[in-house]
Amino acid sequence: MDVKDIKIKGLPAEEFKDNDTLQSYIDQLRAGGTPLVLGKLDEVVNWGRSNSLWPLAFATSCCGIEFMAAAAAHYDLARFGMEVTRNSPRQADLMVVAGTIVNKMAPLLRRVYDQMAEPKYVVAMGACAISGGPFVNSYHVVSGVDKIIPVDVYVPGCPPRPESLFYGLLQLQRKVKVENFFEQRHIVRPYNPETLTDPDTGETIDPGTGG
Amino acid sequence: MRDIQQFISKTVSDAVIEQKQKFTVTVAPEQAYSLIKALHDNEELPFDYLISLTGMDWEDKLGVIYLLSSSGDLSKEIVVITATEDRDNPLLYSVTDIYETAHLNEREAYAMFGIRFINNPDMRRFLLSDDWKGFPLRKDYDGNPGLNPITIVNKEIVDIAPRIMEDAKGNLIESTVKVFEDDDYIVNIGPQHPSTHGVMHFRTALNGEIVKKIDVKSGYIHRGIEKLCESLTYPQILHFTDRLDYLSANINRHALCMCVEKAVGIEVPPRAEYIRVIMDELNRISSHLLAFAAHCNDLGATTAFIYGMREREHILDIFDKTCGGRLIINQDVIGGVMFDIYTDFQKDVKAFIPYMRDKLKEYDDFFSHNPIVLRRMIGVGNLSFTDAVSYGVTGPAGRGSGWSCDVRKYKPYSLYDRIEFKEVIRTEGDSYARYLNRLDEIEVSLQIIEQLIDNIPEGNIVGTVKPVLRLPEGQYFQSVETGKGEFGVFIESKGDKHPYRVKFRSPSLSAVSVMPLICKNELLSDFIGIGGSMDYVIPDIDR
Amino acid sequence: MNYKQPLELNGLLLQLDLFLRGNLPPFWASLIEGLLILIAVLAAYAVIALILIYAERKVTAFFQARLGPNRVGKYGFIQSIADMIKILIKEIIHINRVDRFLFYAAPFFVICASVMAFGAIPFGQGLQAVDFNIGIVYVLAVSSLGIIGVLLAGWSSNNKYSMIGAMRSGAQFISYELSAAFALMTIVVMTGTMQLSEIVENQRYAWNIFNGHIPAIVAFVIYLISGHAETNRAPFDLPEAEGELTAGYHTEYSGMQFGFYYLAEYLNMFIIAAIATTVFLGGWMPIQIKGMDAFNQIMWYIPSYVWFIGKTAVLVFISLWVRWSFPRLRIDLLLNLEWKYLLPINLVNILIMVLIVLAGWTLTDLFPILFGN
Repeated sequence: MDVKDIKIKGLPAEEFKDNDTLQSYIDQLRAGGTPLVLGKLDEVVNWGRSNSLWPLAFATSCCGIEFMAAAAAHYDLARFGMEVTRNSPRQADLMVVAGTIVNKMAPLLRRVYDQMAEPKYVVAMGACAISGGPFVNSYHVVSGVDKIIPVDVYVPGCPPRPESLFYGLLQLQRKVKVENFFEQRHIVRPYNPETLTDPDTGETIDPGTGG
Repeated sequence: MRDIQQFISKTVSDAVIEQKQKFTVTVAPEQAYSLIKALHDNEELPFDYLISLTGMDWEDKLGVIYLLSSSGDLSKEIVVITATEDRDNPLLYSVTDIYETAHLNEREAYAMFGIRFINNPDMRRFLLSDDWKGFPLRKDYDGNPGLNPITIVNKEIVDIAPRIMEDAKGNLIESTVKVFEDDDYIVNIGPQHPSTHGVMHFRTALNGEIVKKIDVKSGYIHRGIEKLCESLTYPQILHFTDRLDYLSANINRHALCMCVEKAVGIEVPPRAEYIRVIMDELNRISSHLLAFAAHCNDLGATTAFIYGMREREHILDIFDKTCGGRLIINQDVIGGVMFDIYTDFQKDVKAFIPYMRDKLKEYDDFFSHNPIVLRRMIGVGNLSFTDAVSYGVTGPAGRGSGWSCDVRKYKPYSLYDRIEFKEVIRTEGDSYARYLNRLDEIEVSLQIIEQLIDNIPEGNIVGTVKPVLRLPEGQYFQSVETGKGEFGVFIESKGDKHPYRVKFRSPSLSAVSVMPLICKNELLSDFIGIGGSMDYVIPDIDR
Repeated sequence: MNYKQPLELNGLLLQLDLFLRGNLPPFWASLIEGLLILIAVLAAYAVIALILIYAERKVTAFFQARLGPNRVGKYGFIQSIADMIKILIKEIIHINRVDRFLFYAAPFFVICASVMAFGAIPFGQGLQAVDFNIGIVYVLAVSSLGIIGVLLAGWSSNNKYSMIGAMRSGAQFISYELSAAFALMTIVVMTGTMQLSEIVENQRYAWNIFNGHIPAIVAFVIYLISGHAETNRAPFDLPEAEGELTAGYHTEYSGMQFGFYYLAEYLNMFIIAAIATTVFLGGWMPIQIKGMDAFNQIMWYIPSYVWFIGKTAVLVFISLWVRWSFPRLRIDLLLNLEWKYLLPINLVNILIMVLIVLAGWTLTDLFPILFGN
């Protein structure tokens, strides 16, 4: 399988940036070869999954408004079949972390993530979610959500325009399309937990592999 | 103000009275309460509106700056300063029984400075969690992240509030009080909830569908902006204001720019003033449109939500063409504006005005007179005039309760003293009044833009500004009218290129603090609807 | 009068029946026919649900000045299939501290109730799985089973949002069930039968809504309102109330369990529209005018199931229109509407209908030449 084989309607593979990374993922996942039947089934399932990513907007600040703008009339998230925003994490496929995550919110973000049903994806929207953004030096800000949960796609901007969000979501669709669903082989997602400690006992917590 | 001076000297004989940028009174901690009480009860000019309560750390002292004003005439302002030298156990008297809005502000001062307020009924930390080590805004705060590590472990919420009360004999008694009764049915609305307009956490005790009590918890987006400001130069601080109330981003920024400009004495060229005001008003329209949209969405009318967002995009397009930004536009800089308007700016704005008027009519036809809407808004979430003042609820919400509190009228800044516009006031005090106020204010903003758009003078867009800005020593205040109400900037400078202390007065904090009052005994659905009508933005509260 | 009906399916079905009965013992023939009907009903159920979901999303987009799904297939036509594949393979979360048995049973109540009601709908001439002589009562009875699923879901989830949602739903469903039943009974008074096939036959020249004029129209409107309320859709979507209760009674359900609720919601909308079509709008019967055989023949060229789907689609569209125009009702307004307005009006309406029938003021009685069967 080649990057060029991943079709996204209206946007040819050459126009995407960072095709090399995706190609390296494909090479990794397809290293042992794929069984013919399962491979075909995978394609069908991945087609379905990638076109039906129902988002849960974990919107904390400005980026949340741009997420709303992306879902509204002018930009219309519905075109990609993603307008079914589920407020219950159980029913969502994709968590869009839109905004700064602070110390007080960190356990709650993790909890919502843990409540989601597999297969689940995370998009870090905006500078704050990626790295803490302009508030990175603060005493109360998590410098990037990938310290708490694994992230699939980073969408930079402060706040990102809806177009950038769409681009990020399309990149996510491409990532979903290369996965081997039946063999449970996923792309290893960026996840850099610093030592997380239990505030009461002071013990280090195993942050889990994060899918 | 001479009368007031005499009045103060009479009440508290050893008060230090100075005329700085504002009329400033410094008193000892024991006398602060009685002075403020006297100012509040004074019949001639009651200072019944507490604009802001700012915790301060002057290194040798810990204290509070009260900015008082009168609900009848917002242009009358008094600054009351009090401080204690005890850094280990700083105690001041609470003014919660005089101004309801002081409650959350004092809790915030406790979280940030460790100052405890005697007689405040609930002295939990606001914004920070209860077990936070240290007081971040103190100058000697230990910022080592090891002290307060990031965790992913959820903790049980403890609903027990400590407090410190003074009994009749003057003894201080420390005690705790339960926030909820033992058998209350408590539902957590937020912090991650579709209709809390951000990450607000309302712990709500329900009696069936009826809201019995609400406990407001905040800080889920507390980014420590005020602390960050203390180590940055003034131009660097500007972008933080945009990210407070991001819906009124440009207006907030305008406030900080003006505060610095007034302190340093920078002349802003007229062309820049015009551009600023036009941008402010466009920003206000977009803020009100989003408020309309979100309010409708809270009531379950998704289509109206989309309509509001649709019109908003037209404004964002104009912003986009001017300076490349949509929500946060980085347009104002100290001394002027960053970008000049583009060639077709006037044409686009003029095309937008009739379009928007047309759409306002559409909202009226489609939504404002819908029988369900009327039943869900009229008489719901009643906020009386007295409560609005006591809680400091300004903006369209305050004006919905009959309080004439438009900063643009009382403390005119920029061009507002030269513009003719009507202040929209309704006296019903319910959700519907607040809702209609916003739609009417869109029309007022359109009229303001109409007056300015053809008269933009030629000239520079930035005045002469020194490369390194140092504010002369002193305290500086500036208020503006944002989409939500009175937004204030307070800067204390020691003559450095960094501010010594920055405080932002948030209109949304007042709006949230009044929620437990106006939602009591309303139905759960109305609680959400009232939240929509108050139109608060959480990052503005948490800062 | 026999008209040519080239596209009808009943001839085909008759031949299939004859073929099976000719070649197999009666028991096996019945068994195979039963299985075939089961498969057909389930397939129709799934297909209609998928089409409705797609239609709703497109119609919503149209109301909201958007485009709606357009990336999968032409105009996004197979969007629902992508959703279906996704939801089928989605993990079903096993939650601690729930009432296991009830938690897993709840979605089946909802889906079973809706399939059972679906089976009784006459889709066209001869296209009806079960045709009881008490068809209307049957439909009302089985469709009310769904509420058990909703209540159980709320109760067993051990989640406060679900609980509140379920309690709201209980109050709402039981209230509006009354109105819906009375509205249908008004028509039963007029037609004198509860069998759905007979009700359709009786409407050959005059739809019930015209035949019973004033009380029938009132009953029709009340049925649409209360039917809409029974489907838990805006402005009656209090049990879900996204803005208040995140996802209401199905907050804790994931994967296909949630899928069941999702499907049932759309199918219930269809069932309500289908019953309204059958009882008030002549069901699958083409528009016919007595004495104009040429015209009638042309109408009969259009097969009966197309008529049925067409009429139902109009009602579904109205339902969507209402859904996307109104804000949500509050629980007290909702109950007021039912107990203070709809129910009393209904009771009076049924009396008026009785009087009209007794006095012979229905259209068929007044103008037998024009409308009599």
